[in-house]
Amino acid sequence: MQGELAGGGLRQARSGRSLKRAMPVWVGTLALLLPTYLWLTLAIFLPLLGMLVFSFLTKAPFGNAKPAFTFDQYLAFVRQPYLIDVAWTSLRLALVTTGLCMILGLAAAMALKQAASGRARTILFMLIILPFWTNGLIRIFSWTMVLREGGFIDMVIRAFWPGAPSIGLLYSEPAIIIGLVHGYLPYMILTCFISLLAIDDDLIDAARSLGARNYVIFGKIILPLALPGLISGAVLTFVPVIGCFMEPRILGGRVGVTMGTVIEDQFTSAFNWPRGAAFSFSMLALVLVVFALFSSVLRQGGIAREDG
Amino acid sequence: MSAVDVAAVVKNYGAQKVLDDIAIHFQEGAFTSLLGPSGSGKTTLLRIVAGFVTPDQGVVRIGADDVTRVPVHARNIGMVFQSYALFPHMTVMENIAFGLHRRGVRGAEATRRARQALDLVQLSHLGERRPKQLSGGQQQRVALARAIVFSPSVLLLDEPLSALDRRLRQDMQVELRRIQQESGLTTIFVTHDQEEALTLSDHIAILDGGRIVQEGAPAQIYEHPRTRFAASFLGDANFLSGPTMPGGIEIDGRPIKVAMPFETRGRATVAVRPEKMSIDGPGENRIPAVIRQIVYAGATTTYLLDGPEGLPFRVFTQNHEANLHPVGSAVWLTWSPAHTILLAE
Repeated sequence: MQGELAGGGLRQARSGRSLKRAMPVWVGTLALLLPTYLWLTLAIFLPLLGMLVFSFLTKAPFGNAKPAFTFDQYLAFVRQPYLIDVAWTSLRLALVTTGLCMILGLAAAMALKQAASGRARTILFMLIILPFWTNGLIRIFSWTMVLREGGFIDMVIRAFWPGAPSIGLLYSEPAIIIGLVHGYLPYMILTCFISLLAIDDDLIDAARSLGARNYVIFGKIILPLALPGLISGAVLTFVPVIGCFMEPRILGGRVGVTMGTVIEDQFTSAFNWPRGAAFSFSMLALVLVVFALFSSVLRQGGIAREDG
Repeated sequence: MSAVDVAAVVKNYGAQKVLDDIAIHFQEGAFTSLLGPSGSGKTTLLRIVAGFVTPDQGVVRIGADDVTRVPVHARNIGMVFQSYALFPHMTVMENIAFGLHRRGVRGAEATRRARQALDLVQLSHLGERRPKQLSGGQQQRVALARAIVFSPSVLLLDEPLSALDRRLRQDMQVELRRIQQESGLTTIFVTHDQEEALTLSDHIAILDGGRIVQEGAPAQIYEHPRTRFAASFLGDANFLSGPTMPGGIEIDGRPIKVAMPFETRGRATVAVRPEKMSIDGPGENRIPAVIRQIVYAGATTTYLLDGPEGLPFRVFTQNHEANLHPVGSAVWLTWSPAHTILLAE
């Protein structure tokens, strides 16, 4: 390791010397990095900065009236306590969906890895990717057909048990969660699968030869080594789900009031961009707080990833 | 520590016969090598003893127990894999203690025994490292310590040295033999490297095409190979085949005498080890040849020669004096009838 570092240093010094005659090293570095940072500035930093400014204004600066500076938008949470409930609903949806995705995703990824033959694996893989090929909106509306009173699930149940009461899941929180899990599960399966693929089969055999039963192998070998995949999958799921608005609106009906739908309303119906922006940044803060709470787990995943 | 017995084991993968009626006894405390080319079934046999593969027919016994249907985790085996298979998310100590924990040995006792195993492989100072921070040879030692720390009934080694470079491999051979003798473990070692098998083993079984071709002590197999395959796979050999005559065979009108008694009928093949032949030396068996190529290696020289009817020969000599026969010279190859091994075809 040390020898490698020293070698690298030497190499750098040498190339530095030869470049010095033409131009300083930092010019080249800057030239190489500039496009990336320019793009980041243009595509992420500027729009976000604009929204941040909006969130401190009384009204969107589009009309003739001059907007004034205010903290009022952020105080909405204090003045309208129902927003706290809404935020809690969003957080709960995100946590439950992410948790379910982790359980189902890891199980599916393990099954996928077990399907050793290349052909079976390819077919299963296609089946997982397939939902991505259809529009998200169509997928959600399809769920309404399945979940509504007298829908597909009820029909199947009544085929075996005539006169059964309706499951009637539509317009409830479970319906939203079903839709969300369905939508985001593929990400989790893919990230877990990639982690699992990196686990050498010999490790499992070795654990078995040392006396480990299946549940020990899962708990001590597979789970820790799949952690990087689980964590990246969780981040990929949690962040969009906490801000989701399509699924709650279509599958949740009256109960489907989340921060996502509230923010969407502010931008589209109420045309109150500053308030929508303030809510968005509050959500961002919430996400960051959640990540901070789980930071020790996240860091562990990072270490496991470094180790391979 | 226990003896291992494999009796009448058959394993097929579809139509392919991988192991065909294998019976072998692994003596208690002995180091036995399963030697064969890839596809000979040696790894499958090891995995059957380990329990990863269930035989279609036959019985596997460890000690007095029939373990044919016992799952791997209940067999009390120690196994070292070709890829080492160290757990990357655990430290060296945690890796070694894994097998102890599975046997209910925990806390100070587990630490003490893991330390002891680490001392045995001379890596006492690296207990807190992760596998990725170790060299190949060190990982190899950790894998060995992990496999023997809980005193398994049998130690199974699946080509553990093949990933190491030549120098390190020779060091590890000595180390492996020392550890095996100190621990007195019944050891089964799978390899395709004949030199490794010869230097390490008490007993060698040569496998080919799912059958045991020959087994015995290294010197016995080397000096008396029974088949052409055994003779060429374990060491080098010159083959001569011709019609039989009383006391030997006939090559190009010359008698080649064979010391051991045999039936005079039809044709027969004999093998002669390259180091048993000498050039223009003593010996009852003589054959003319022309030196085609000389491979000089300092301490030794290998001559490649052409015999009668273009029959190729290989002669291996110690360089006692710097007296090399030049390429192209016509010489007599000579050897003793005692070193002329009759092969069963």
